[in-house]
Order: sequence, then structure tokens, then C-alpha cells
Amino acid sequence: MSASNPLTDEQLAANFADIAPPLTNDAALLEANKCLFCHDAPCTIACPTHIDVPAFIKKIATGNLRGSARVILDANPFGHSCARACPVEVLCEGACVLNDRDEQPIKIALLQRHATDHVLDRKLKLFQAGKSTGKKIAIVGAGPAGLSCARELRRAGHAVTVFDAMPQPGGLNTYGIAEYKLKADIALAEVQDILDLGVELKSGVTIDSLEPLLANYDAVFVGVGLGSTKRLGIPGEDLPGVIDALTFIAHLKTHPYRETTVGRQVVVIGAGNTAIDAVTQAKRLGAAAATIVYRRGEADMPCYHYEYELAKRDGCGFRFNAAPQRIIGNGSGGVSGLEVRTAGGSETIPCDMVIVAIGQGDRTELTWPTAHPKVFIGGDCANGGAEIVNAAAEGVAAAKRIDEMLTVKDGKGR
Amino acid sequence: MADLKTNFAGIQSPNPFWLASGPPTNTYGQVAKAFDEGWGGAVWKTIGEPIINVFSRYGSVDLGPNRMMGFNNIELISDRPIAENLKEIAEVKRNYPKHAVIASLMVESKQKAWHEIVKQTEDTGADGIELNFGCPHGMSERGMGSAVGQVPDYTCQIVGWVKEVATIPVIVKLTPNVTDITYIARAAVKGGADALSLINTINSIVGVDLTTFEPQPSVAGKSSHGGYCGPAVKPIALHLVSAVAGDAAVKIPISGIGGIATWRDAAEFIALGAGTLQVCTAVMHYGFRIVEDLTDGLSNWMDERGHRTLADVRGRALPRVAKWEDLDLNYHLLAHIDQDKCIKCELCWTACEDGAHQAIRRLPRDNGGPVVEIIEEACVGCNLCAAVCPVQDCITMRQVKNDYAPVSWKNYAAGKGKLAPRSEQFHTATWSPSTKH
Repeated sequence: MSASNPLTDEQLAANFADIAPPLTNDAALLEANKCLFCHDAPCTIACPTHIDVPAFIKKIATGNLRGSARVILDANPFGHSCARACPVEVLCEGACVLNDRDEQPIKIALLQRHATDHVLDRKLKLFQAGKSTGKKIAIVGAGPAGLSCARELRRAGHAVTVFDAMPQPGGLNTYGIAEYKLKADIALAEVQDILDLGVELKSGVTIDSLEPLLANYDAVFVGVGLGSTKRLGIPGEDLPGVIDALTFIAHLKTHPYRETTVGRQVVVIGAGNTAIDAVTQAKRLGAAAATIVYRRGEADMPCYHYEYELAKRDGCGFRFNAAPQRIIGNGSGGVSGLEVRTAGGSETIPCDMVIVAIGQGDRTELTWPTAHPKVFIGGDCANGGAEIVNAAAEGVAAAKRIDEMLTVKDGKGR
Repeated sequence: MADLKTNFAGIQSPNPFWLASGPPTNTYGQVAKAFDEGWGGAVWKTIGEPIINVFSRYGSVDLGPNRMMGFNNIELISDRPIAENLKEIAEVKRNYPKHAVIASLMVESKQKAWHEIVKQTEDTGADGIELNFGCPHGMSERGMGSAVGQVPDYTCQIVGWVKEVATIPVIVKLTPNVTDITYIARAAVKGGADALSLINTINSIVGVDLTTFEPQPSVAGKSSHGGYCGPAVKPIALHLVSAVAGDAAVKIPISGIGGIATWRDAAEFIALGAGTLQVCTAVMHYGFRIVEDLTDGLSNWMDERGHRTLADVRGRALPRVAKWEDLDLNYHLLAHIDQDKCIKCELCWTACEDGAHQAIRRLPRDNGGPVVEIIEEACVGCNLCAAVCPVQDCITMRQVKNDYAPVSWKNYAAGKGKLAPRSEQFHTATWSPSTKH
């Protein structure tokens, strides 16, 4: 492994700059005015949080950026990060009717960023906590699901305490999104907006049982996400020089770029979206070669098509139909290659770093009842692993159910 | 190739495109450059006793990202000495003998003053004179411009004074800021005008700065009403040109002005009776170079349609401008949606439902098929859905034939003729939030 990063600070900064830079005011106005303002708009239907997309875009067109951001953030507490990291090609932008007019869809994500940046940059507070109800809810996990739930519960006036095992809140938004899409400072600012509604956060606390929470709170929301990266189950995977993708990315996102070690020849095992994040970021960190090794074929890759395209544009390599068999040590505490089985027999791919990205396993440190009236779940731990926007939608939906339960129980309608 | 040569009240020009009197025609250099780039004529910026302008003179209305859809100004007539203007007019005419050079004039309402300026102008060799009876701002406060053009008697009298000495054609430029422009047009004819030009700008306040509450364009915190022009005013100008051109008591050539920016605009003005076209705002926006497509586009269109000269086109739409009471009540239309072209934006539905006649039905998106369909028994053929549809030729209006003879309101009200059965179904006479169509 290389001792020091071959790239200059400027190169590293450029490599991790926003892949979709913000629109200028003029560009935003031009784009906003292209929106047709559909009725019952397919973009809104396609969004898991059902942001009223035409409404927020028209507000950009009229210069009402605060109102625009409110439309977005009212529906989706993670509107900032979704604007940067949402797979819009398969959601709102993919549903845009302009696709049917053989045109580029409206740049919904960039417009969303334009509006939400306006309030983020000015630290405008768009939401307030509701009048206190005296109810208390515990939330396990300060990721997009838990904090979306927290925000909606605070708006309804309930007291909320969020427990999170990590030092910083935000979950994968803070630790796991590709650096060139979403930076931790934005993720944390977005979280702070929610915490500022009076959410109590207990960081660095691992919850291993719901019992004490159920005894002390009126409801519990579990949004703990998934567990660590699955193991390959092949020889050599514990060698130094083998790292799982989430650890690699988390380190990159929480340290100056050159403090994250990257090999000269990096192999990433897996072909999901996280594998793409890992291989592109390894390349952008300065790896001479970064290659995806995948046991199935090109058409079987679980990553989004545009993510595959991105990795190709980044100059990453792809080895399909190559099933990892063994990671070979270099005899001095590192790795020298990955042995794979291909149709043509066994082969060794030389490498000095292996990143494992074959998906996350379930959480093992905490179990929760599936049919407890006071327990609600959402996010990756409920849906098996999806997008920020799914987690946000599920957190918001759970908050609504919790609120209904608590207010109906009291017989005091809202 | 179509012949664009123009003879307008005896004034010759290589094509019908003239620069209107305004900032683009303020100097020799501008007009000479414009002629070099292809303009057929120019009406010089209005000459009179030199004025002093304010700073900040123009205000603009954008439509989304489109700049200057509407435009206004509080600039006055030329701020240059009369002698200087006349010298340059003479020079332009000398160097561009085949182009039309028109002097726009505005002086105080005294016979002697008008006689003097007209004689001086004639000495330049200019092809014609345009009387500025239209400017709605500033000069009108001093009893000139629209202050003259809004009173038929003044208009008639001053045109008369001018005609007492003028030997070249006299064009009277009309203001639209009147209740009925034909009265002014007739007064100009009575005074002896050789031609008319219209419209001058429309009185306007172009906007208000919402931070400072200053109307625009702001001059040290205050503003004044100014003359509105640009693409936004074209429909008003088309109407007024047609009203004057169709008036049996007028019958003199008309130079069309008002929002002309493309050859299509020009063709429409010609079809409604204009002999030449005057352009200002579009040049202020994009420069003299626009004349290339104005002439090229007009010429290509004429070739394609088999029109050889402008006379073949002029006034062709006029016989079709009718009174409402003469329109056929038995001409029925039905909107038709080409479902293969539909992109499912539902703009037609929401427009028809909220803004028209509730004649479009929504179908569930989940079905995968069409999401909108016309309720034929409710459709009144109003065109709104076709107007809002963002896909070309997706919604078309189709005639529904019936066996009834045409009947106008005038005849029907007089008991002559029968109405064909028509769509008149209202299903929104009652409404509640749960109503879902």
C-alpha cells in the first residue's frame, strides 16, 4: 500500500467536489420555467415522500425560495441530502413527462438544492415545535428515518429523545454517502435543523434492549439501519489491506482526504451502489487502478445504471463473472492479489487493497418485536436497505401513526 | 423570389421594414449602419426643441426567463439640436438615396412653429414627415405628443398646418391611448394626412420595486408613467391597425407598429392592412441584425404561399375581421386529444376543470392508458385545452358538422334561423371538497 497519497490537495479537492454543482440563479430560473406544472404530477407520485414538485418549482420561478424550500422540507425532512444523493433518475426525474416529449427531464434535484440551499445558507428556520403534549417518544438511531420521525413528532408537540451509537448523528448521511454527492457538513447542518426543534440527542449510546425504553416512553421508533458489511467467507479476508466499504467510506468522510489510505491497485468486490461509491472514491483518492470484481455478469449488477456509467467515466475497471476465491497475502502484512474463478479457470488479479462491498447484514446487537403496539420501525432496518428518501418517508409515516395513537388514546382530537 | 419593394404613399423603400422613431434612429451612424444591414427605411428620432432627459429611462417586463416581453420608456424626443439632426438626415439621404428616410417631428402647437420645422425638414431631402402625435409621457404634459393625438380637432388642425407647406408625404402617428382610435384617424384624414402610422406606445407603469416601493424605471426614487411597447403589445396593435384599415372613412396607407419582432409578426400586420412595418424594441433588444431574418423569413413565406408582392398579401385578413354579431353560431368544434402524443401532464384537465367548462375527464394513472379524455357532450370547443397543451398538435379542435344552416346572433335574435343542438352540460353546479371527477 502506498505510504503517501500521490495527489495534491488541489487535485483531491477537485476529485471530491460536488458532482452536480449548484445552479446559478439564472440557470435555476430558466429550468424552473421549463416545468410544465403538471396536475397530479408523476414526479410527485414517484417521490416516496411525495414532495409537491411542481409547486416547489413554480415557487422558484416566482422568486419565492423560502416558500419553495418549505414545500420540499415539509414533505421530506431530508430535502437537503435528497437533493444531492437521491437516485432521481429512477424517481422524480425518471417520471417527468418531458421524457415523453423526447426531452431532458426537469432538473428536479438541482432545483430542490437551489431552494433548500437558500434556507440552509441563511439558516432560516421554517418549522416550529408544537405545543407540548406531555408525551415522550424514544427513537433508536439518528439516521434519516429516526430523525424524520423525530422532527414530525416535535412538530406535533411530543418530547423526543434520540439514541445513536455513533459520535455524530445523521447515520449513513454523515458516514456513508459518496463524498462527491453529499458532504458531512451539509448532512450535519441538516440534522442540526431538526435537533433545533428541541430533540434530545444521546450520541455514543448503543441500545441493546428496548425494554427500558418501553418502560419509560409512550412509544419507541427503531431506525437503526443495517449492520456491518457481510463477510466474504473466503480465506484471507482478515488480512491487513482488506477493508469493508462502509469503513473505508466513513473514514474518508470524517478525515482530511489524504489521511485515508488507498492502494495503488484497488479491487472492490461487489457491484451494488455501495461498491460503486467505493471504487469511484478509491480512484478519486488516487488509486492507479480501481476495479470492480463481480461474480455475475454486467446485466446482473444491482447498482443503478447511471452509477455504473459514473464509475466508467471515472476510469474504473470491471471484471465480470469472476467469483472471488481467496485473498492472497504479500508475506509482509498486506495483500498481493485476489484469486477468482472464471469460466476459463482460476486467475489471480494483482492488487494491494481489497474493498468488500457485498451488502450489509442485519443488526445483531438489537432485536425488536414486530407487532408491539408501542414499537414502530422504519428505514433500512425495516425495508432491507433503500434510499434516504425511503427512510425519510417511513420516518414521517411512523410519526403520523405514533401521533395518531397517542392523541386518539387521549381522546383529544387534533 | 418574392418582391419586397414598397411604395408607401409615394415613399419608396427596398423592403417594408423601417426602423421606428426612437433610440435606434437617433444619429447618422445608427441609421447608416441599419441601412447597411438591410433595413428598408428609418423614421428619425423625433426632432423638436431639444429636451433634457432623465437618467434611468427604460423599464422591462420579463416572462420567466424571457427578457423584455414588455418594455417601457420615459425618454423624451431628441436631445440634439434641430440643425444637427437635419444635417445628418440630409447626409443619410444623400448616401442612401434608395432607402426611405422619414423625419419625425414634434413642436409646440403653433402654426408658425410647424411651418418652420416642416420647411427646414424638406430642405434635407427627406422622403417624408411623420407627425409624432403619440408619445404618452413627458411631452404630453407640455401640450404635445399624445396631448394632440387624443383630441380629434387638434389632430386635424395641426395636420392641416403641416399640409399647408409640406410637399412630401405626411404620416400621422397615432396614440392608442384613446377610447376609439378611428375618430383620431378620421381627423387626420380630414386634415389632409397622406398616411397613418400606429400604434405609438401605451401608457404604463412597468413595475414596482418591492424592496423600495419605487415604480420602475426609478428616477431618484420616483417614476412617471411611460410608453409601453415590445412583444406584449402586438395584439393591441393588430386590433387597432385592423380597426383603422377597415374604416371606410380612412382609406390611406398605414404603417404598422407595435411589438413586431419576427417576420411572422410582420406578415400578420400586412395581412391586416399595413403597408410598411416599423420596428424599435426588437432592435433595442437584439440589434439591427434582426432585419436579415425579417426579410428572409417574409420572403420565404411569400414564396411558399405563392405571394409575389406585398400587395398580394396586404389586407388579406381584413374581410375576415367581423363583428361578433355576425359570427356563425352553428359552427361547432370539439377538442380532440391525440393520445399517442399525450405526455400525461393533465394541464388540459386542470385548465378545463377550473378555468373553463369541465369537459375533460381524468382516468386513473394506474391503468397505464390515457389519463384524460374529452367529455364530448360538455365540450364547447373553446380552445383552452389546445392552448395550454405543451405538445404540438396533441390537442386539436375539430369541426363537428351539423345539418343546420349558419346563423349569426344578429339573425337569430331577429327570429331568422335555427340553432343547432349544442353541448351544454354542467356537472359542477354543486361542489364539495370530496367531489372527484
